[in-house]
Amino acid sequence: MIVKKRRRPLPLTVLSTTFVLLWVLMAAFPFIWTVWGSFKVEQDFFSRDSWWFAIEGPRTIAQTGSAFTGDGYYGAWVLRDFFSSVVNTIIVTVSVVVISLTFGTLGGYALARSGYRYTFWLLMLALVFRAMPHITLVSGYLLPFFEMNIWGHLPTAIIVLVAINQPFTLWMLHSFFLSIPKDLDESAMVDGCSRFQAFRMVVIPVMWPGVITTGLFSFLLAYNDFAVTAMLLSQPNQTMVPKIASFLGTIQQEGNVMFAVAAVVSATAPLFVLVMFFQRQIVSGLTAGAVKG
Amino acid sequence: MPHKAFFAFIMPSLLAMLLFIALPIVSVAVQSLYVQHERVVTEVETCAPFAGCTTETRVDAEATEKLRHAEPLGRFNGFGTYLDRNHLATAEIGAILADNAGFADIASRIYNLPFYRALAFTLTYTFVVTPLAMLLGFCIALGVNAIPPFYKGPVIFFSLLPMIVTPLVGALILYWMSSPQGILGATLQSLLNDPTLSLKSSAVLTWVTLLVYGIWHNAPFSFVVFYAGLQTVPHDTLESAMIDGANRWERIRFVVIPHLMPLATFVALVQLMDNFRVFEPIVGFSAEANATSLSWSIFNDLRGQVDQLFGSAAATSMLTIVGVVILLSPVLVRTWREFNRR
Repeated sequence: MIVKKRRRPLPLTVLSTTFVLLWVLMAAFPFIWTVWGSFKVEQDFFSRDSWWFAIEGPRTIAQTGSAFTGDGYYGAWVLRDFFSSVVNTIIVTVSVVVISLTFGTLGGYALARSGYRYTFWLLMLALVFRAMPHITLVSGYLLPFFEMNIWGHLPTAIIVLVAINQPFTLWMLHSFFLSIPKDLDESAMVDGCSRFQAFRMVVIPVMWPGVITTGLFSFLLAYNDFAVTAMLLSQPNQTMVPKIASFLGTIQQEGNVMFAVAAVVSATAPLFVLVMFFQRQIVSGLTAGAVKG
Repeated sequence: MPHKAFFAFIMPSLLAMLLFIALPIVSVAVQSLYVQHERVVTEVETCAPFAGCTTETRVDAEATEKLRHAEPLGRFNGFGTYLDRNHLATAEIGAILADNAGFADIASRIYNLPFYRALAFTLTYTFVVTPLAMLLGFCIALGVNAIPPFYKGPVIFFSLLPMIVTPLVGALILYWMSSPQGILGATLQSLLNDPTLSLKSSAVLTWVTLLVYGIWHNAPFSFVVFYAGLQTVPHDTLESAMIDGANRWERIRFVVIPHLMPLATFVALVQLMDNFRVFEPIVGFSAEANATSLSWSIFNDLRGQVDQLFGSAAATSMLTIVGVVILLSPVLVRTWREFNRR
């Protein structure tokens, strides 16, 4: 089909381009500003005189001899042990993604292939579970976990995050599985595969795009979580986000604000890379639920 | 798929959800009926020579600890926690309604009760941020749809950032910028010529800051979904509308918006669910003095330095869950009707 180029009046083009530019500025500027500022000292980034100090950094030059300093990063990563919370975050996110996808692909496949009425009810139940605020669930866990003596450990937080993740994962993978023709696994079963073999060897290989997209969102949920990790992990097991929150409690000491700024930038950097490489998958994941559901 | 195979496949996922979502809800319901033990108090008689004997009451820490250990749930309190001052505050509401000086007085006194304070902000945030973020997202989608294809990739990349970034981190970044020593705060001070202006100092300004953060954080989701929807608007309908003499605005109003309506319902549902649990921005902006939310009150009860108020947190949780169900009920009822019609 040939799409005819519609001509727009010039003022409208100018207006809409300005609007988009303004939005991009609003979306990107806070990040650029904070990344730049994280290499300054506190008296520059939070200057009482003028915010222009944060750009030129006169106090940074006076204190460290150079316009850029890695003191904030050194303080956060080495002095305040941000490094160990990075390791914890890696353990938590990788485990959550792997377990969620294993559970989710099995469940989503079953929901997409069964024609009975109860699949509808399970999906509705998952929708209600999806709407539960995480902190209300946390208030249900705390006392039992204390009593069972499993509070504070990484595996506890991992399995909780997997469970909280399940409703969304099920919905998303269910809609991806629906787009794969039933004939595919049925013909495999005619050829002598069991149901599980058909799932494992025939359906999953064509499902990779859907699995990767869902995995990205599981990753984001585990990575961005604050309510669960802040309440369920003990001090030495903290992941990045609660660690940053704990920096805030002790920022009276000079220089500590810059530790928090550096930690914030360190925690954002992987997300930048993620969006850069997986932009297409993220967009398709956001729209998959909308367009099909 | 036979029942047996179905349940074999779904079992891990179902088990995880039942154990860690359904069971905690039951646990919250049970906990909300209990309240933590009071301290065990003993009377001790001390006799000093010449001064005579005095009896004083002391907190018996050991016995308290023992009792708490034996019955971690606390003592049974029925619906007492729901009705106390920190939750529904029925007695206080009754007193306010019985004796007050007009509507404004009622409103301000009810707003001083912690639960209603949190509820007011939660509802305002949910119902202001959701429509405004959707509107902004829609405008961005229209704008991006019109720019040359070469620039679309980078624009979408930057647009995704406010949504993808960790909510607490996003809130902190904006908080630092809007503090009086940050670039936005300082610029506002010089623009309004008020060197003492601080977004943190007044309740109204704090609310506005949080709402602006919410719109900034939520708009990209609407944008991405609406932008994908715009790619599927049928060209034939648009062209026939043009032939019928519809101008640009009428084409958007009568062709594009009706086409995007189902998507808008989906976006609204997801955003309402997510905004109702607003929590991280309040921590990030340290706004608890002027704005609290239901999620934040639960967090605050659980984080207590001396005692963790499990009963109080559980009661607020139950009330929040009731709120979620009310919020979801139109969707659930509609889906149920559609399902029965099939």
